[in-house]
Amino acid sequence: MARMKFICDSERCIECNGCVTACKNEHEVPWGVNRRRVVTLNDGVPGEKSVSVACMHCSDAPCMAVCPTNTFYRTEEGVVLHDKDTCIGCGYCSYACPFGAPQFPAQGTFGVRGKMDKCTFCAGGPEANGSQAEFEKYGRNRLAEGKLPACAEMCSTKALLAGDGDVVADIFRNRVVKRGRGAEVWGWGTAYGSKQAGQPGGQKS
Amino acid sequence: MRTAIVLIAAMLSFVVAGCAEREQTASGIKSDAAPFSGTSKQPPFMAAGWKQGDRNSWEQELKTRTVQGQNDYVKVP
Repeated sequence: MARMKFICDSERCIECNGCVTACKNEHEVPWGVNRRRVVTLNDGVPGEKSVSVACMHCSDAPCMAVCPTNTFYRTEEGVVLHDKDTCIGCGYCSYACPFGAPQFPAQGTFGVRGKMDKCTFCAGGPEANGSQAEFEKYGRNRLAEGKLPACAEMCSTKALLAGDGDVVADIFRNRVVKRGRGAEVWGWGTAYGSKQAGQPGGQKS
Repeated sequence: MRTAIVLIAAMLSFVVAGCAEREQTASGIKSDAAPFSGTSKQPPFMAAGWKQGDRNSWEQELKTRTVQGQNDYVKVP
């Protein structure tokens, strides 16, 4: 299997925020944390575009590079996960991430950041698959249930695609050919391509 | 003179103390159970159509879900 990837088709996204809601509901994400957000460019202007943004599980993840406690790890499927037990809440990952994916609950005393939280591609964390401990820290592990991320599976216009990078790229390519426009894959260059920050000669994955 | 030597020796012990620092190798969990190993949960939480622990059937299940669930061109001829 190739690696897991997200694609957001900005020609189809209608800014319904269904993906955000699905994610929050599926993982019981606390107040103040949105693992996924919908960003609208040129809001209110004819031709506005919306994209659903979350962790893109980058090939050469900047969060992973800057974390002083090596909290992040990458699974065989290319999903970037983190271990909340080793997170010290320094926030370096949130400064490094080009997508604003790492979030902090900030519910601690004196505004302490708390443990970082981010999209897990519905793959949980290092705890046993499907365990209560995993759910409480990272949310549902849908991949281990043979399912895809909730945000993409419930997207009403199928703007948000998630799954094997080759398969979702094929679906998107087919759409672009049929409609004859909208070939921009938002965030892919930054996350997986040669335009990756700090990696001028980076290889495509 | 003797005081100076003692003082230098004491300072040196502080200076080289860092060399005796133990290497820190604790780096958190780097591996996770593979998703195809499944969970202890039973249907309806588990998707039907694949066998827990079988990598090929898991990959096939995800591929099927991607193509049938996200590619609307296969739904409309």
